[in-house]
Amino acid sequence: MSTYRGAKREISFTVNGERRTVRAYPIERLLDVLRQQLSLTGTKEGCGEGECGACSVLIDNELVDSCLVPVAQVEGASVVTIEGLAADTRFHALRDTFLECGGAQCGICTPGMILAAIDLLNRKPIPTMEDIREGLSGNLCRCTGYVQILEAVAEAARRTVIR
Amino acid sequence: MPASRTEHLIGSSTPRKEGRDKVSGRARYIDDLSFPDMLHGATVRSQIPRGKITKINFGPGIAWNEYVIVSAKDIPGKNYIALIENDQPCLADKIVNHPEEPILLLAHPERKALPKAVAAVSIDYEPLPAVFTIEESERKEHIIWGADNIFKSYRIEKGDVESAWTRADYIVEGEYFTGAQEQLYIETQGVIAAFDREKGITVWGSLQCPYYVHKALMALCNLPQEKVRVVQTETGGAFGGKEEYPSMIAAHASLLAMKAGRPVKIIYDRGEDMAATTKRHPSRTRHRTAVSKDGKILGGEIDLVMDGGGYMTLSPVVLSRATIHAGGPYYWPGVRVRAKVIATNTPPHGAFRGFGAPQSLFAMERHMERIARAVGLSSAEVRRRNFLQPGQTTITEQIINEPIDLGKLLDRALKLAGYQEKKKRFVRENASGSQKRGMGIAAFLHGAGFTGSGERYLASVVGVEGCRDGGVKVLVSSTEFGQGTNTVLCQIAAEALGLPYQDVRIAQPDTNEVPNSGPTVASRTAMVVGNLVASAALGLKQTLIGAGMLKDHHTTDEFHAACQAYLAAYGTLRSLAHYQSPEGIYWDDQKYCGEAYAAFAWAVYVAEVAVDLTTYSARVDDFVALQEIGRVLNPVLARGQILGGVAQGIGFALYEKVEWQGGRMANSQMTNYIVPTSADMPGVRVYFEELGNRHGAFGAKGIGELPMDGPAPAVVNAIEDALGIAFDNVPLLPETIFEGVKPTAAASWEREDRAHDRTPARTR
Amino acid sequence: MRSDPSEYEFVIAASLREAVQLLSEQPKAWMPIAGGTDVMVQLAWGALRADRLLSIWNLPELRAIEVLGEEIRIGAGSTYTDVRRHQIIAREFPLLSLAASWTGGIANQNRGTLGGNIVNASPAADSLPALLAYEAELILASAEGERRVAYLDFHKDYKKMELGPAELIRAICLKPRFRKYVSYARKVGARSAQAIAKVSIAALGRVEKDKVAEARIALGSVAPIPIRLRETERVLVGSRLDAQTMARARKMAVAESRPIDDIRSTARYRAAVVENLVAEFLETLAAAQSDE
Repeated sequence: MSTYRGAKREISFTVNGERRTVRAYPIERLLDVLRQQLSLTGTKEGCGEGECGACSVLIDNELVDSCLVPVAQVEGASVVTIEGLAADTRFHALRDTFLECGGAQCGICTPGMILAAIDLLNRKPIPTMEDIREGLSGNLCRCTGYVQILEAVAEAARRTVIR
Repeated sequence: MPASRTEHLIGSSTPRKEGRDKVSGRARYIDDLSFPDMLHGATVRSQIPRGKITKINFGPGIAWNEYVIVSAKDIPGKNYIALIENDQPCLADKIVNHPEEPILLLAHPERKALPKAVAAVSIDYEPLPAVFTIEESERKEHIIWGADNIFKSYRIEKGDVESAWTRADYIVEGEYFTGAQEQLYIETQGVIAAFDREKGITVWGSLQCPYYVHKALMALCNLPQEKVRVVQTETGGAFGGKEEYPSMIAAHASLLAMKAGRPVKIIYDRGEDMAATTKRHPSRTRHRTAVSKDGKILGGEIDLVMDGGGYMTLSPVVLSRATIHAGGPYYWPGVRVRAKVIATNTPPHGAFRGFGAPQSLFAMERHMERIARAVGLSSAEVRRRNFLQPGQTTITEQIINEPIDLGKLLDRALKLAGYQEKKKRFVRENASGSQKRGMGIAAFLHGAGFTGSGERYLASVVGVEGCRDGGVKVLVSSTEFGQGTNTVLCQIAAEALGLPYQDVRIAQPDTNEVPNSGPTVASRTAMVVGNLVASAALGLKQTLIGAGMLKDHHTTDEFHAACQAYLAAYGTLRSLAHYQSPEGIYWDDQKYCGEAYAAFAWAVYVAEVAVDLTTYSARVDDFVALQEIGRVLNPVLARGQILGGVAQGIGFALYEKVEWQGGRMANSQMTNYIVPTSADMPGVRVYFEELGNRHGAFGAKGIGELPMDGPAPAVVNAIEDALGIAFDNVPLLPETIFEGVKPTAAASWEREDRAHDRTPARTR
Repeated sequence: MRSDPSEYEFVIAASLREAVQLLSEQPKAWMPIAGGTDVMVQLAWGALRADRLLSIWNLPELRAIEVLGEEIRIGAGSTYTDVRRHQIIAREFPLLSLAASWTGGIANQNRGTLGGNIVNASPAADSLPALLAYEAELILASAEGERRVAYLDFHKDYKKMELGPAELIRAICLKPRFRKYVSYARKVGARSAQAIAKVSIAALGRVEKDKVAEARIALGSVAPIPIRLRETERVLVGSRLDAQTMARARKMAVAESRPIDDIRSTARYRAAVVENLVAEFLETLAAAQSDE
């Protein structure tokens, strides 16, 4: 039994391909550990209640809201944040199409949207527009009205499939 | 229409200047920044709507000596947030006038030590009677502000209203309501303040108007202008919610920083941000209109009241815009507008995209439907017959002197929406089934820039400076918060100088580094500030020509060389442009009459809505947004602005309800304050027309707020078309639709049951 | 974030046995936490009533979905995504699949668990009406062993359930026998995704020889617990599905549900929607019957 009694413990997990060990209170939010201890500020807090998706990351290749994950539960897992996508060709396509299609305005929801899009394309490489809407329905945007984001994801999917 | 279209950048979708950082997660917003020795700050707020503070108790279980504590007593200068009337305290001292009013500030090295400390401060009050609605405030049973609860009123009197009543074939009356709306920028309010005896106060933050904050801090901290510095950091959405409010949070962080001698960061969590900061002003508009038998407006009275909350803040300006837009895009031979904004004991309402116009235009466009029904005209025809024509005057007697043809705009919008065909089809299809469909029209206008003499009063200044690599840098206090300021202003400068887009950059808005180009509000940035950027750029070019280093027609390399040569010779190369009021713009502040705005953008929106009578939910299935905006400077950005505005407008119409309990927003969580998700938005089709604009950069008019005005009336008009029921209140939630439908709801499947004899088929 | 993480104890169970052992040693002291989609929201709001948490996230014994002859056993730690992905659940228990797809967004579905949904017992919980309609059985585990409880008997009152302080839900058991039934489910929320239900319905019906042979109608958000409309079902069973029966059933459904006014909606609206949803179910049942 692993026990953390109101004290910080060492928790090890892979972040963006690198094994890291942090000292944290076990119930600290993964979001806070990423931002403060690991200085990975690309993941944002928009609501703290798992509604807006600005804090989206991948844990073992699944999309989650990091504001709802106690860091202790991430022991041994693989976490990917926006900073960790640099080598991903899907990310390159999304980065280009978000710029071309106007998918990013103020940019605060953008990392989360891109993580959600990556997760979607991992599961459905040839998504329909309905798939894209569903895949991103947990990510709120207040600037774009979603249309240009959905177009950016659709275009990125087309480009990565053609390749 | 500009004579020549030889521009190489204007009209093209140059990529977002700061876009690469945004899509890679490298963009740094205020909570991404950290300073050595930094403390975190939090605010202790009033739990009651109105009362006298009798005692402040610091509860047990907290090591209070670890905290920096600031109260009103610690304010070095004036205890107010400087704005218009200066009635809003920075920290409540003896009395509170709304729930969530700030009373004390706490700072601690650890962010996690703050919530429990805030909870441990308990405040004793002598409650006073509080007022929560427009009606309660008007009754004046309790005077909570000034002599009569009225922050401001305006009156417009045009033509002869009295004779219109006698000539009228119809007198049409209606009353229309709009509720509060939360801006819900995805990045909450946040600042970091640092104080140093020599440099003074520096504040970094998520904000729209660095110089507003600068002005407020001078008064609060009793510091001269060179000892206050405000820097805007990457801002994650604003929509007006970061126009005036940041002065408050910046003031709080500054006071803590001054007392602590260490930098202080304050970031609101979502719950605090929703409950404590500004929202759109709720409104009630009453129309009484004299109409001829062929549906023409002869004259009328418009009574408009807005709820300003506990302190005046920007309410007079919001009221002003609401008042001026109250007549819509129609010709009123005579009209009397009486407008006022009143006080209630709720957190002060403030700027939100549209700034009063969505409220009064909702009323106008709903009222046009009422007029149509009274006279027996279609929604399209009643508008056609009343549209402003070039040469006619608005309700403030501003002459429309551009060749706008609103009838044609309407025709085009209807065609794009498939309006006639759908209306016919829906009449057939609505006869059976639980889905009722309808089409709704909204026609409207939006004045860009500050009202009347406002721009002259702002006296904006813009700079363009030469850089060592031969490129140029734009210097403005206008901020980027998603709408495209950086991109468009660089595009304009590049165009003016014939340079590639990459050769132009824009300075971070820092009051130490950039002149005051005015606040980033009122849809003025592309149009007014853009014009100044073009001027300043041309001025810089003139300087180089004057120095004999450049010819009028030059290559990019020649420009670089000239710029570098000039810098080598003279050290700095900087050109400033100052706002010049255009000729022939007269505005009378007393009579509220004259040229209110340098330019109006015009629009017709058409909504297709389906109401599901099983759940009484309305859904927008298709939306056409057609607008005339002078000049499309950047197509992707322009379309993005309209799409985003339409989404917020649909939210305003159908989803976003603030639940008030005792003057406080009870649903201050994203789970309970409903904004549309990607699954709720229809495909929105956006179209532009361009008539140019003498007063705007490359012919542009402002577009940031325009799209907020149309969706709510278009959607509610469509619901009326679908159900035959007039709703005059937004947000219009299923619960309200149900109450309107209820008498006929049960009837509908009882009718069907009788008609179709639902006994099982006897085929076996 | 209004709580201080240093004030919480947090234990990760290495197995189900360890978890129930700790609970039996210190009953009522430990709050189990699986995916955290409810607990962590309470923590963020400063409203978490417990300060000792026992993590049962991703325990293999709790996350398996087993097909065992007469029964499908869904580990209580199965996420909504696990449920959605399972072909057999989609085929045999479509009401549950649908409910899982209507819960939050993809990120919430990847962490929220069926067991968590049951134990959090929000009256608006998405999966619970389906479990009532299918008459699931729960396997409860403790240090003493295991016992089965009919899900129909599990919820007693608002947040009060047939679960001892030292017990955990181990699995949700469903018997696949509903292929020939007409299924109907609908969630009515404030928007199309990421919404808390104002009213939700999960219903099954079967018509035999022109008469309703079986009807199971479960509703969420109209009472302190998810409910089966027993009286309404009694009106239907044995009757012809004619206009009269449908009208009686609709009225009874409204009488049986006890919706309230709350921050999300009104009682009157909920009652009207209940009536409409039941009507829609009955129309679906009637239409399917006449297709045969």
